[in-house]
Amino acid sequence: MNRDVLGTLELEVPLNTEAMILNMGPSHPATHGTVRFILTLDGETIIKFDTEIGYLHRGFEKSCEHATWQQVFPYTDRLNYVSPLINNFGYALTVEKLLGIKVTDRCEYIRTLMAEISRICDYLTCVGAGALELGAFTAFLYAIEGREFLWDLIEEVAGQRMMATYARIGGLANDLPPDFDAKWKALRPHLFYLLDTIDALLTRNRIFIDRMQGTGAISAQDALAHGFTGPCLRATGVDYDVRKTFPYHKYGEVEFDVVLGSRGDNYDRYRVRMEEMRQSIRIVDQCLAQMAPGPVTCDDPRVIIPPKDQTYNSIEGMIRHFKIIFEGTQVPPGEAYGYVEGGNGELGFYIVSLGSGRPWKIKVRPPCFYLMGALHKMVEGAMLADIIPTFDTINLIGGEIDR
Amino acid sequence: MSKKMLKMVTKKFKAHLIDSHNQHGDETVIITPEALRNLTTALRDEPDFACEILADITVVDYLGHKTPRFEVVYHFLSLKHRHRLRVKVPLTEEACAVDSVADIYPSANWAEREAFDMYGVVFKAHPDLRRILMYEEFQGHPLRKDYPLMGSQPRIPLLEPERPDTPVYPPNFGDYGPAKENV
Amino acid sequence: MGLEHRLPNVVTTKLGPVLNWARKYSLFQYPFVTACCGMEYMATSCSRYDIARFGAEIPRFSPRQADLLWVVGTVNHKLAPYLRRIYDQMAEPKWVMSFGVCASTGGFYDNYAAVQGIDKIIPVDVFIPGCPPRPEQVLDALMLLQEKISKEPWEKYDFEAKMAQKRSADASPSDLAQEN
Repeated sequence: MNRDVLGTLELEVPLNTEAMILNMGPSHPATHGTVRFILTLDGETIIKFDTEIGYLHRGFEKSCEHATWQQVFPYTDRLNYVSPLINNFGYALTVEKLLGIKVTDRCEYIRTLMAEISRICDYLTCVGAGALELGAFTAFLYAIEGREFLWDLIEEVAGQRMMATYARIGGLANDLPPDFDAKWKALRPHLFYLLDTIDALLTRNRIFIDRMQGTGAISAQDALAHGFTGPCLRATGVDYDVRKTFPYHKYGEVEFDVVLGSRGDNYDRYRVRMEEMRQSIRIVDQCLAQMAPGPVTCDDPRVIIPPKDQTYNSIEGMIRHFKIIFEGTQVPPGEAYGYVEGGNGELGFYIVSLGSGRPWKIKVRPPCFYLMGALHKMVEGAMLADIIPTFDTINLIGGEIDR
Repeated sequence: MSKKMLKMVTKKFKAHLIDSHNQHGDETVIITPEALRNLTTALRDEPDFACEILADITVVDYLGHKTPRFEVVYHFLSLKHRHRLRVKVPLTEEACAVDSVADIYPSANWAEREAFDMYGVVFKAHPDLRRILMYEEFQGHPLRKDYPLMGSQPRIPLLEPERPDTPVYPPNFGDYGPAKENV
Repeated sequence: MGLEHRLPNVVTTKLGPVLNWARKYSLFQYPFVTACCGMEYMATSCSRYDIARFGAEIPRFSPRQADLLWVVGTVNHKLAPYLRRIYDQMAEPKWVMSFGVCASTGGFYDNYAAVQGIDKIIPVDVFIPGCPPRPEQVLDALMLLQEKISKEPWEKYDFEAKMAQKRSADASPSDLAQEN
């Protein structure tokens, strides 16, 4: 526009434009999760971005205060519902910390490998749904196929595809089935094939790179200040993985790499997740190789119900069973904060017990709550279409953020 | 490694310290509300503490078990020194307000909004203190121990009552419902 | 008067089944997905438990263009007005599937936050229990809905008759959708 040439001519009449307020309502195709964005737009550029959550608030904390310690497990499943086993194990870890129980070795190995399988499901869903919303439907189908096979595996172990409720305080519900090893070995090459195919479809795809690279960037300092953890923090270059920094279960005994990005934008988050899936497969292999047969529940009488022949044939067994189921495990008074690496970051459980069979308070530290709190920083000033990939790679899970 | 952190904090803020303990390996300090901002700034800025992340803010309601009734709990995490600290601030029901730390740690912005929404603890000088998980017209603070578990407040008229044997509309919980003469 | 009223009788006795056949095998869904059941919804729509073979594949993300409202997952009181609004915006004929036990009865969230079943907000045709329901259950429910649709008389969505009914209902109070 040669303004110098046309300087004195009134060829351009300035248009009086107002900022437009657009509502991306709680039910929206591109927001997988119920969340509402109120955007103030100037053309396609976002001036102000307001996030409204709470559309899946189901009263988790209040419900848990009215349930016994064992009855809380199904509620924890439904927090981060794409990787439910990790939530189970996080809660079990914290209660065991309060009780001062040490679980058996085999239990820790199984918890490690089941958590990693759940993590692969989470990342496949995130990458798949992210690709779907950018238009790459085929990648989505491959990701969901991978997830179906993993759910078959989880169903063999725990009985349910998603909400497994597999952990118990002091152990697990049951041991792995005897052919788990063989099934994993059969599944493994197929998983690699799917990951390679998704990689081939997306990673060097012109459209994908244009949409994802450079959008939704956040600096490492901002990320830390906003409480980021997990793949979104690692994509900015900060080396924080709860599994390596504060090892729990058997993460100290298996080898895996922490994947770091550099720019903190959507493309880096996608690459971090793709690579972490391969690291998770590595962890599962090592766990299966290192595991030794043994019991999966500890023998602490406060938490573990007696075996059935004792329950039915001895009065002490029956009373112990009755008290644990009806009154709940009597956890001594105290408070503890237990943390695991969830699909989105550090999933923490802050539990207060006043000595009865029901928790006094359970607070979940939801990793994506803090990621969403900084979403406005990542998209303000960008175009409307940049919200979609940013929101997808943040991987908001409604059950976790709203509890 | 981590006990050093607890010792440093207790030494520096001895005047405002109420208690400290190391239960189950979690270092905890209990301080008065006035010292919160100084402690938070020190945790962020001083190289001995270097707490880059404020992991969580929550409130515990000890109705009937302890006075003061509320305790605001902050969890800090330092990646550089690999240690954590829990800071607790007790509050009574009448003086249920504490300074906001949202300008020191931006992650506190939403966490404090949630604490306000669920418990009614006011965070002074918060940039935008409004409900985050519940809706605007909701009255009361659901996670308080005296709020009933099933005290639902429907936003739109329902086709059938939700729990037919207990009255739902109007909600029957004392001061938290709409005034009885308006119903 | 619509065309269907002017056709000779023998045609209109066949009109109903033809319309129902067309409607039940081409359901356009509006997936009102909120929670964990959304994962099983995705699984039902994808390669293994293909829902496309029932004709119900395409999600239409505008209520004006959809005829089957899938309420998938928990609906809480904060979201209830939006669900009601979306249901009202859909044009007839429309059907509602309540997917999952949270949408059907509130699930195990019997507390202040969750609506104890979306039938308290909108009329529902098929309830699918399960937490989350297996995709086979979902497909079974879809087939049940298709059976229900195939039994509907074509006069059910007749506009003239409905307007007449509405006018007579306004004259005298009806007990349908009594508020409160």
